[in-house]
Amino acid sequence: MMPRFWPMFRKEFIQMRRDRLTFGMLIGIPVIQLLVFGYAIQTDVRNLPTVVLDESRTPESRDLIAAFENTGNFRVVTHVDGRPALDAAIARGDAQAGIVVPYAYPRDLARGTTATVQVIVDAADPLSSQAALSAAAGVAQVRNLAILSRAAGRSIPVEARVRPRYNPGLRSPNYIVPGLVGVILTMTMVLITAMAIVRERERGTLEQLIVTPITKTELMLGKITPYVGVGLLQMTAVLILGRFVFDVPLTGNILLLYGVSLIFIIASLALGLFVSTLVRTQQQAMQASFGFMLPNILLSGFMFPRQAMPEFAQWLGLLVPLTYFLKVVRGILLKGVGLEALWREVLILAGFAVVLIAASVRRFRKTLD
Amino acid sequence: MIQAAVETRDLTRRFGALTAVDALTLRIETGEVFGLLGPNGSGKTTTIRMLCGLLEPSAGSALVTGLDVTVAPEQVKQRIGYMAQKVGVYEDLTVAENLDFYAGIYGLRRGATRARLADVVAFLALGDRLGQLAGHLSGGWRQRLALACALIHQPALLFLDEPTAGVDPAARRRFWRTIHDLARAGTTVLVTTHYMDEAEQCKRLAMMSRGHLIALGTPAEVAAQVGGRGGTLEDAFVILQERDER
Ligand SMILES: Nc1ncnc2c1ncn2[C@@H]1O[C@H](COP(=O)(O)OP(=O)(O)OP(=O)(O)O)[C@@H](O)[C@H]1O
Ligand SMILES: [Mg+2]
Repeated sequence: MMPRFWPMFRKEFIQMRRDRLTFGMLIGIPVIQLLVFGYAIQTDVRNLPTVVLDESRTPESRDLIAAFENTGNFRVVTHVDGRPALDAAIARGDAQAGIVVPYAYPRDLARGTTATVQVIVDAADPLSSQAALSAAAGVAQVRNLAILSRAAGRSIPVEARVRPRYNPGLRSPNYIVPGLVGVILTMTMVLITAMAIVRERERGTLEQLIVTPITKTELMLGKITPYVGVGLLQMTAVLILGRFVFDVPLTGNILLLYGVSLIFIIASLALGLFVSTLVRTQQQAMQASFGFMLPNILLSGFMFPRQAMPEFAQWLGLLVPLTYFLKVVRGILLKGVGLEALWREVLILAGFAVVLIAASVRRFRKTLD
Repeated sequence: MIQAAVETRDLTRRFGALTAVDALTLRIETGEVFGLLGPNGSGKTTTIRMLCGLLEPSAGSALVTGLDVTVAPEQVKQRIGYMAQKVGVYEDLTVAENLDFYAGIYGLRRGATRARLADVVAFLALGDRLGQLAGHLSGGWRQRLALACALIHQPALLFLDEPTAGVDPAARRRFWRTIHDLARAGTTVLVTTHYMDEAEQCKRLAMMSRGHLIALGTPAEVAAQVGGRGGTLEDAFVILQERDER
């Protein structure tokens, strides 16, 4: 079966080792992505994990906390009973912001004297604290208006005091780094295969190759298989970096993760093959690959949570393989869930791989037309 | 009648409004060295590509080693060798790696490969250069490597598209000696060239201009076609072309 697969594979492997551009992409793309999104990690101000110390435990205080959450800047992850516990939660990095509603809050409100709420944020990250500060000020303002309309004539009942404190433990790497595995794989795998075929066309070696009896399937599979190993290496590198630089937990079954990644890598390589049947020059291949990356990054939930997207964008996101892969990586790495929770995504990824390879083989012509 | 190596009938290829090959009818006998001549853009490469199954004819038919190339292109590919005008060896592979690759792609069986590779390497005197990257070879040697790759599966029919373009005279002469060796061993060779000294060495010639045939026959017959006694092949080539373009 497929006797010409191995010669093709060997040749491609040797060329991959010798080609500077390919090698540059293998190293360069992950480095650039880590730099770009490393920066993104620092500027992520939405959904700050927030710890709440509600001393008053009244409908009014719950109402206030809901208002904080509704700004989208705070995401309450835990409630605590005392100030030391709050400080500890922030110190541990379980939360990046704290909200303290004092015992006297409803009383002050009722009296019309200025009620004080404390908001504690991490000042190590000026962008986060800035955003949290203005969000908190916004809450105070809205409360003010709401309460004013209820009990007319009263002045500034809530004052949000933002108390910045030092806290180096930004936790969004947990979210970004697993996603980065998927983004880097998509980008390099698609680009490398698309380039590998188009390069042969440009150099004239494709003409010499398609005049032989090699079948389209042998040609295409031989072409992409060496890069599977590359994908697995890249993924390992990002995971190690994530573990030791960004402290991202590796909770779940790593073997399962590699298994699913293998499927995802094949799907991405197949996509690169498909791109190669659509373009003529290496430059076009590069443009097409980068053009393809954008919807992947935006729609897959890598940057923005899919639940927060307009319905149409959510629907579009279902068309990109990365969406499913992200769910799987995050599920395995962060939640430690197994195949029983992820089999649907795994099947869909396998479907992508099969359909894309079939489509590429169908589109590829062993002629020069 | 012995089977023709190539037999075309009204073979035509259009690119949009341009007719690159125009109703070409041609018969190449098995075992002959057949030259295809013509100015730039006259349709030589396009003809060869159609015969190799690399381009679909727009009209007409072509039998290659008795097989219809539009019906059984993959079977044809197993029987022919093709050396493209733009030499398509892998420059980032060594000479040996290029040869190994094509041996594998042409499906040579494991045991047979080693012996066949040794034969081809000896035949083209590539022995000293096996470890060299193809990209570092000079023009003449690169062409020899391309020929070696095209020969590895012992094709009955060999298409050489300007195999000696840009190669020094000594290397050209060596290359042509190789072509004659192949022909003696029974291989049919279809070769295109712009060199008249090479054309003289072909058993028969076809001259093309603007996609169609303007002369056909042995070099002597073609030279005689323009009347003048003692006219050279080059004279005939130029006169016929000018006549056609008028
Ligand atoms: N893929 C293509 N698309 C459009 N036009 C083409 C294509 N290939 C060839 N042509 C045109 O067809 C004509 C014949 O080209 P061809 O390459 O067959 O000529 P040739 O005789 O081999 O010339 P040369 O001696 O320069 O190699 C030329 O006008 C060329 O521009
Ligand atoms: Mg040509």
